[in-house]
Amino acid sequence: MANTTLDAQGLACPMPIVKLTKAAKSMAGGDQITVLADDPGFEPDVKAWVEAQGHDLKSITESDGVFTAVVELKSG
Amino acid sequence: MEQDAKKATIVVFSGAMDKVMAAFIIATTAAAMGMQTTMFFTFWGLSALKREDPASGTSTRNWMQKMLAMMLPKGPANLPLSQMNMAGMGAGMMKKIMQQKNVASLPELIESAQDLDVKLIACQMSMDAMGISREELIDEIEVAGAASYVGEAQNAELNLFIS
Repeated sequence: MANTTLDAQGLACPMPIVKLTKAAKSMAGGDQITVLADDPGFEPDVKAWVEAQGHDLKSITESDGVFTAVVELKSG
Repeated sequence: MEQDAKKATIVVFSGAMDKVMAAFIIATTAAAMGMQTTMFFTFWGLSALKREDPASGTSTRNWMQKMLAMMLPKGPANLPLSQMNMAGMGAGMMKKIMQQKNVASLPELIESAQDLDVKLIACQMSMDAMGISREELIDEIEVAGAASYVGEAQNAELNLFIS
């Protein structure tokens, strides 16, 4: 299971989700992506993205305006 | 993309920067959410597909089409705002503000849409009527008619018309 970190800080909607999608395409099911984003709308957006794609949001935390989300890609 | 992917279609009728940006933001997001996304550019919307360095091949325009070509924006980086454009000053200020707020520019959004396999279709009839040749538009598009759009839209869950 690969693990990667995507830094999407300094990007506004919809680019963090666009970058996350591109990162996910190059990875396999079960892999985890840790995303850093400071777009204020990132939390509801990443939740919607995960739900639409059937992935799993392991955790999301916020500190000083920076969100850290851990996404596990669905298998198969 | 999977056969059972949900579909989204957007008709881009407007050639205003703000409206075309809204269309591309929704299109890239729809594609990012796993939807098979098609954008159909017609009338003023065609300006968003113009290339920065148009090749020649426009000699068949009549005088009215030549005037139209002179007045139409030259590509996505030069579109006016739908409101408060103030002869381009408003558009320039809006671009500056959006840059400060880390918002992707229209050319960047178009690139992202292409990266995510959003299908871009230029309306053949509008091109013909307005005297816009294939060479004036970017390479990565298809040219087709309304039936192609309706064919995509009739089994899509999300269909938008940006006027």
